[in-house]
Amino acid sequence: MRKNWISYPYIVWMIIFIVVPLLLVVFYSVTVVTDNGLTFTLEFYKRFFQPVYIKVLIRSIVLALISTLICLLIGYPVALILAGKGFSRKNSLILLFVIPMWMNFLLRTYAWLTLLEKNGLINTLLSWFGIKPLSLLYTSEAVVLGMVYNFLPFMVLPIYSVLSKIDRSVIEAAEDLGANSYKVFTKIIFPLSLPGVMSGITMVFMPAVTTFVISRLLGGGQFTLIGNLIDRQFTTVGDWNFGSALSVVMMILILISMAIMSRYDKDREGSALL
Amino acid sequence: MKDFLKRFYVFLIFAFLYAPIIVLIIFSFNDSKSRGNWSGFTLKWYRQLFHDQQIMNALYYTIIVAVVSSLVATVIGTAAAIGIHNMNKFKKAVIMNITYLPVMNPDIVTGISLMILFIFLRMELGFITLLLSHITFNIPYVILSVLPKLRQLNKHMYEAALDLGATPLYAYRKVILPQIMPGVITGLLLAFTLSLDDFIISFFTTGSGVANLSIVVYSMARRGISPKINALSTLMFVSVLLLLIIVNRRTSKDNNGKRRRHA
Amino acid sequence: MKNLFRISLAVVLFSVLISTFTGCKGEGKNNSKSKVVLNVYNWGDYIEETVIESFKKEYGIKVNYETFTTNEDMYVKIKSGAGDYDVAIPSDYMIKRMISENLLKKINFDNIPNYKYIEDRFKNLAFDPNNEYSVPYMWGTVGILYNTTMVDEPVDSWNILWDKKYEKQIFMLDSQRDSLGVALKKLGYSMNTRNLNELEEAKKALLEQKPLVLAYVVDEVKDKMIAGEGALAVVWSGDAFYCISENPDLAYAIPKEGSNLWFDSMVIPVTSKNQKEAEMFINFMCESEVAYKNADYIGYATPHSEAKKMLDPEVVNNRAFYPLEEDLVNFEIFEYDAEAMKDYDRIWTEITSE
Repeated sequence: MRKNWISYPYIVWMIIFIVVPLLLVVFYSVTVVTDNGLTFTLEFYKRFFQPVYIKVLIRSIVLALISTLICLLIGYPVALILAGKGFSRKNSLILLFVIPMWMNFLLRTYAWLTLLEKNGLINTLLSWFGIKPLSLLYTSEAVVLGMVYNFLPFMVLPIYSVLSKIDRSVIEAAEDLGANSYKVFTKIIFPLSLPGVMSGITMVFMPAVTTFVISRLLGGGQFTLIGNLIDRQFTTVGDWNFGSALSVVMMILILISMAIMSRYDKDREGSALL
Repeated sequence: MKDFLKRFYVFLIFAFLYAPIIVLIIFSFNDSKSRGNWSGFTLKWYRQLFHDQQIMNALYYTIIVAVVSSLVATVIGTAAAIGIHNMNKFKKAVIMNITYLPVMNPDIVTGISLMILFIFLRMELGFITLLLSHITFNIPYVILSVLPKLRQLNKHMYEAALDLGATPLYAYRKVILPQIMPGVITGLLLAFTLSLDDFIISFFTTGSGVANLSIVVYSMARRGISPKINALSTLMFVSVLLLLIIVNRRTSKDNNGKRRRHA
Repeated sequence: MKNLFRISLAVVLFSVLISTFTGCKGEGKNNSKSKVVLNVYNWGDYIEETVIESFKKEYGIKVNYETFTTNEDMYVKIKSGAGDYDVAIPSDYMIKRMISENLLKKINFDNIPNYKYIEDRFKNLAFDPNNEYSVPYMWGTVGILYNTTMVDEPVDSWNILWDKKYEKQIFMLDSQRDSLGVALKKLGYSMNTRNLNELEEAKKALLEQKPLVLAYVVDEVKDKMIAGEGALAVVWSGDAFYCISENPDLAYAIPKEGSNLWFDSMVIPVTSKNQKEAEMFINFMCESEVAYKNADYIGYATPHSEAKKMLDPEVVNNRAFYPLEEDLVNFEIFEYDAEAMKDYDRIWTEITSE
C-alpha cells in the first residue's frame, strides 16, 4: 500500500486552507504595527502569562477534560450495546443519534434553558411530586451537561463504527478458552476498539476546549473560558495580535495534551510528535 | 434481564438527546413569540414560515452547502486517510497535527483566517468561498472517522488480493472500501451535521447575499428567535423521520428472507 | 451497512429536492431596470418584512439583504473589505469607530430629502457631530426591567441591583461596556471614563455584586423575565417594551443616575460602489409610511417625527419608551477608544474569572 499519491489532493488542500491561515495567525501573534512599521515582538505572549489569563486557560482545559471523560463513560456503553446483538435496525438507530444535531444549536440550547430553569419543565415536573425547585441552571454542572449533550454523537459514532466490525472469531476463541465476559471485554474488545476511542476523544476534547457559547448560555456567563476570551479579542477589543497569541498558546497546549494521551495508543497512530 | 437493562440504558440516552427537541417542537405551536410564555396553540408560524423569503433562501443554501461539502470532504478525506495510514511515523504525525488544527481552533480564528485568505486571493465572498470553508473544516472529521477503520483492517488482505491477481484499483474497491465503509459513512454523517449548524465560520466566509440558516438564526437572537425557526426545525425533523421509516420498511422487506444469515 | 448507505442516500436526495424547490421560489426574476445590486447589512429581524420588496418594486434595484449578530462581527467584515456593503445599520459607538478609521462615506444629504422628518434632537449626535455620515434609524435607552410582583418598592436607581434582598434574582448583561457602564453610573462616573482608578472601583462594585447575580445574560434575558425567572434585569428599552407586552407584570424604569442612550443609524461604508442607490435606500427608509411600518413592526423608538404620529399614542406617550429631553439629562452615548477597550476587557475578564 505504498500509494501515497492518493492523499495528495488533501495535502494540497491542507496547505492552502489550513497551513497558510495558520501562518497568518502566527504572524499576527508575533508582529505589531508601530511607528517603525511591522516589528517582531513577543509582548503578546508575555501578556498571556498573567494569573487571570492562565486561570482562564486551565479552567477551560479542566472543563473539557471532564466533559470528554463523561462522554466516554456514557458513550462507550451505548456504542457497545448498539453494536452488539439484540438490536435490529442499528443503522437507523445510529442515524437517530445524529439527527438531533441537525436542529439549530442555539434553539437546542434555549430548549435546555426551558428545561432547566427555575420555572422550567423539569422543575414543574418535580413540583408535581412535591419536590422543591432545584437550581439546575447557571452551574458548572449545567455547562458540562450542555457540552456532553453536544459532543456525545462525536464520541459514539467512531467507537460504534469500529465495534460493529470486530472479528467475531477472536471473541469466540477467547470464550472457548474460558474467558468470562469481563475478561473478554478488557482484554479483547476494548483494546481492539482503541482506535475509535482515540478518534472520539480527539473529536470531543479539542472543540470542547475552545467552545464558549454553551458556557455563556448555560453557565450564565459566570466565568470566562478561553474560547470566549479569544473571540472577544478578535471582535469587541479588536486586538487581533493578542487573540492570535492566545490561539497559538492554546494550540500548542492541546497538541501536547493529545500527544500525552496518545501514549496510551500503542501504535502511536494518532498524533505523537514526541 | 441484562437485555432489558441494555435497552433501558439506550432508551435513557435517547430521551436525553431528544428532550430539547421535543421542547423545541412544542414551542413551534406556541401563539406567543417568547418561549417564556405559553399562550395557546397555533399553526401561524408554519404559515408565516413559507412566506419568509429570507429563511427559505437560507434553507436552500444551507442544504446545498451541507450536502456538497460533506460529499466532497468525504471523498478527499477518505483518500487522505488511506494515504496517511501508509505513511511513515514522522510524516504521519506532522500531517495529523496539522489536520487537528481546524478541529481545535476556535471557530472565530478559523473563520477570520479563512476570510483573510480569500480576500488575499481576491476572491469575492459568496457561495464558493462558503463551500470551500465548509469542506475545509469537514475533512479532518472524515479523516478521523476513517483512520480507525483502516487500523482495524487486516493488513494482509490487500496483499492477498494483489497476490490473487487483482489490480490495485480493484483491490481497493472490492476489499478495502467495503471494510472501511462504516468509517466513511460516519465521516459523511458527522461532516453533514457540522456543516448544517455552523455559524461563525460561515458568517465570515460568505457574502453576496448568501446566508445559511445558522447565520439567520443567530442574527435573530438579539430580537428573539422567531418560532418560525422552530416550525422549520420541526418540519425538517419530521421529514427525516418519515424518510427513515420509509427506507426501513422497504429494507426490512428485503431482509426478511436474509435475517438468519447476519446474526 | 448497506441500509445506512441507502438511508443516507435517500436523505441526501430528498434534501436536494427540497432545497431546489425552496431555492426556486427564492431566486425570483430580476426585473430590475438597472444592473445595480444593493448590499444591505442589518441586524436580524430589524426591518418590516415587506419593506425590501417595496423598495425593489419602486426603484427596480435588486437588494442583497444580509444580517449580522453584533456590531463587532459587522465591523470585522467591513474593515477587512470582505464585501461591498452599500448600507449598514450599526450602533453609535461603532459608527464613531468607523468614522475615525475612515470606513464611512460622507452622505450627500441633497439626495435624502426625507431627512427633514428626523427630529432635531437626534441630529448632530455625539458620535457624528456634524451629521455627515449617519441617519438615525432606531433609538432607545438602557434601564431596569422589573417584575412588579417581586419588587414592591419604587425602582429609580441603579443601587437596587446591589440590594441583598434580591440575591440570585438579578440579571446583568454579559457585555463589558454595558455592565461596566452600569457600575460606573452608579458610582457617579462617566460610562466612557479612561481613568483606571474609576474603572477599578467599578470592578470592585461588580465583584461585590457578583454573588447577587443569577446570571450574566445576553438575548435570552427577555424570555427569562417573561417567564418570571428573575426580579430585576438590565435591558434595552425596546426589549422592555416587548417583554411587557408579553407579561403585564413587568415594568421598565430609568435610573436617576443616568444611563446609556443608544442609536442604530444607517451609514454608507467606504467600500460601497453604489452611493447614489444607497442614498435612495436611506431616503426610502425615511419615508413616513416606511418608517412607521418599521417602527410598528420592530417595537423600538423611532426618531422619525411623522412615523411617531402614526403610532399608538399609548406607546408614544409612555415616557419609559419615548423619554423626553428632560428625562435624558444624565444620559451618555458610548464612545470608542481602542486603548480603553483593552483595559475594559482585562477588567471584565478579571470580574468574570473569579
